[in-house]
Amino acid sequence: MDSNSLYYSLELVAGSGSTLNVERRTALQTSLVILKKNYKFHRVLFWGKILGLKEDYFIAQGRGEDELQDKKNLYSFNCMDWFLLPPATESMKEKVSKIKSRFIGDPSFVYEHIEIRRQGERDDATEEVVIKVNEESRLAVTVHQIDDEVSVVPRGAFVKSPHGLVQMNRSFGGLSHSEAGKLDNFLHFSEAKNLKKKSILEMGDLNPAIDFLDVLSDDIPKGSWSLQLECASKVFVLRSLLWLGLSFYHVPMTPQHGYVYIGDGIKNLDLPFML
Amino acid sequence: MESEDSLRLQSAASFKAFLLKSSTESHLNLYDHLTGLLLKVMDEHPPNAVDVIEDMSRDVKRAVLEEQQSSLRELPETSAAELLAEQQRSLFSRPEDADQEDELMETPLPNVSELGFYLEQAGVGLGREETQRVFLALKQLVESQALLRCRLWGKVLGTESSYIVAEAEYREGEEEEEPSLNEDETEPEMEDTETDPLPLSTYKPLPDVPKEALGTGANKYVYYVCKEPGLPWVKLPSVSPAQITAARQIRKFFTGRLDNPVASYPPFPGNEANYLRAQIARISAGTQVSPQGFFQAGEEEGDEEDTSPRDSYEANPDFEGLPVTEMAESLSSWVHHVQHILQQGRCTWVNLAVKPGEDTNDEGEAEEKEEEPDEPEPEVGPPLLTPLSQDAEMFGTPPWTSKVSSTLTSQHAVAVLRSNLWPGSCAYACGKKFENIYVGWGLKYAGEGYSPPVPPLPQKEYPSGPEITEALDPSLEEEQVLKEALEEQQAAQEELQDSGDEAEDDDD
Repeated sequence: MDSNSLYYSLELVAGSGSTLNVERRTALQTSLVILKKNYKFHRVLFWGKILGLKEDYFIAQGRGEDELQDKKNLYSFNCMDWFLLPPATESMKEKVSKIKSRFIGDPSFVYEHIEIRRQGERDDATEEVVIKVNEESRLAVTVHQIDDEVSVVPRGAFVKSPHGLVQMNRSFGGLSHSEAGKLDNFLHFSEAKNLKKKSILEMGDLNPAIDFLDVLSDDIPKGSWSLQLECASKVFVLRSLLWLGLSFYHVPMTPQHGYVYIGDGIKNLDLPFML
Repeated sequence: MESEDSLRLQSAASFKAFLLKSSTESHLNLYDHLTGLLLKVMDEHPPNAVDVIEDMSRDVKRAVLEEQQSSLRELPETSAAELLAEQQRSLFSRPEDADQEDELMETPLPNVSELGFYLEQAGVGLGREETQRVFLALKQLVESQALLRCRLWGKVLGTESSYIVAEAEYREGEEEEEPSLNEDETEPEMEDTETDPLPLSTYKPLPDVPKEALGTGANKYVYYVCKEPGLPWVKLPSVSPAQITAARQIRKFFTGRLDNPVASYPPFPGNEANYLRAQIARISAGTQVSPQGFFQAGEEEGDEEDTSPRDSYEANPDFEGLPVTEMAESLSSWVHHVQHILQQGRCTWVNLAVKPGEDTNDEGEAEEKEEEPDEPEPEVGPPLLTPLSQDAEMFGTPPWTSKVSSTLTSQHAVAVLRSNLWPGSCAYACGKKFENIYVGWGLKYAGEGYSPPVPPLPQKEYPSGPEITEALDPSLEEEQVLKEALEEQQAAQEELQDSGDEAEDDDD
């Protein structure tokens, strides 16, 4: 959620049970301004919090001119001193996918995963390969994955110019009550993956300037989102069941929207059993 | 000159006539449109008007269409917010006899604002306005029911709506007995008209572990839930051990509808209300903690032997409060104050091998029973008020994370304890005050992925033996051979008999 609207938007997603205390909030108001200036970001978002066993990571995200491409993630323990996270590479993702335990809260902690690989044709020749990855890169990959899989924006909040630049739509006035009640009007804020698979008939209804993202209602499995009216039925709150802890809010008929992740940073792989 | 002027006027008039010409498609004309547009620019004075003139032009056109559309009267739609506001209105009404009630000494109503204040420091909460609404809803509950004590237990999130859960205790003797559902089940009588009755199944289900009585064990408290503050509170049914053991094996989201069936394997006995109640019992048993020394063991069960675990406690009047740093650093300064639920699904173990009705036997028979080989080992859980430092580690994860709420002003911070086994469960302690709350999905941490239990192996239909083994049908040749052999045998026997008869005849 945007750092400028932090003081009221945290209240709107508090129905999930997690908030920040006043000390953290005020610290964020101060440090994010400095962060924006130092890194020359156009916009700074408070992205969320990943709960560790010993310490919690606070994550901020800086956005550049292109909202979709120019993203930089930073983490902090005290909401004041921010450290840049490395970009997530394919080899890092591969290594991190093996780790399923909880975050510790120490960026230099090294996870070790022993993998048994077969050598050649014979079954008896096996080799134990130790995969080592530190928590900082795991954090970078996790934040990237959550952004990739479950970051949400309402339809029309962002426009893509003919040159491919994605920017906020200044004239976005919010979804109407009936529109906001449907998952079709919420989009994944990441590179579209399903869009090319759509048939020409479906593509005909789409507006290329605003329908350049994937729709939430196409997600597999069906029912991996929970859409509810909260705060005296005035705010639509979307919660991801795949990444428990991700909450998105949108106040209908206003441009206010945003998402925050406060959780343990573990993907809910048991989802198919739980629906 | 005149002619030039008149010519200019004429051309201007003809151009105006051209501008006034209405379009064949939209029936608008450019003159009116430009007038409207310039009026809009004059009224609004937008910065950089030349850059946005196209958009403004479009707005003007759109406004014309909207006016036409508004001649149809819109049907007023009642939104969800309006419906809820109507229902929440009653929360804010002040009863007329409020002044008299204020004089009453103790109220079972908890101070939710204070709870909300401390929880916000711990980074947990429902939002300030929502907390206030829940507070008012709890007040409504306390006023409508005769409760001895009441507490905000927490919130359980569901996929369609969430549950706000209140924990309550009845006054002595005012407990309502619940109608038990299973007792009126009678064996269907066999119909005598059937000449060839089907064989009866010899399978006898294992005896059900009896429910704990209201006010003891897992049913110590009653729980009320509501979807939104202002909507009616619903009392949850009491929990049975079978439901707890089934809930341990499944992993399901709550939907938010209490009467929703729980479709799972192994099958869950009951609907979502029962499932919710079972999870509440498990969460309470696992995560309700208090500072060491706040409670002390009750004194009334002094005459009993040590065999039964103590199940009562009372507030320690001499409790002074522990320093916050100590509470945050060592887990041994926190204790569980809710009984552990045993593997059997109860807090106090019951011996199923003892048949009901035989309890009042004389000693001789009791001794005999002790010698029985299949006497099950009684399950014993950790006693009440066990420190958290003795909690078991699961999946390599320490069960608790403790913190101080503030590092900058630690003089006035509160100690915060977060459960890692039940994500969403949180406790705080500050001086003599402490509270527990749960806000989460009602699911336990499952380590590296949940694997559902495998269905049991199919049973063998019958023991295989020669009398039921299928044999090949004999062919015609084989039958004839057998027939000849039999005839020969018969002939031989007859001959033998004949000779025997003759011999007998000879004897006579």
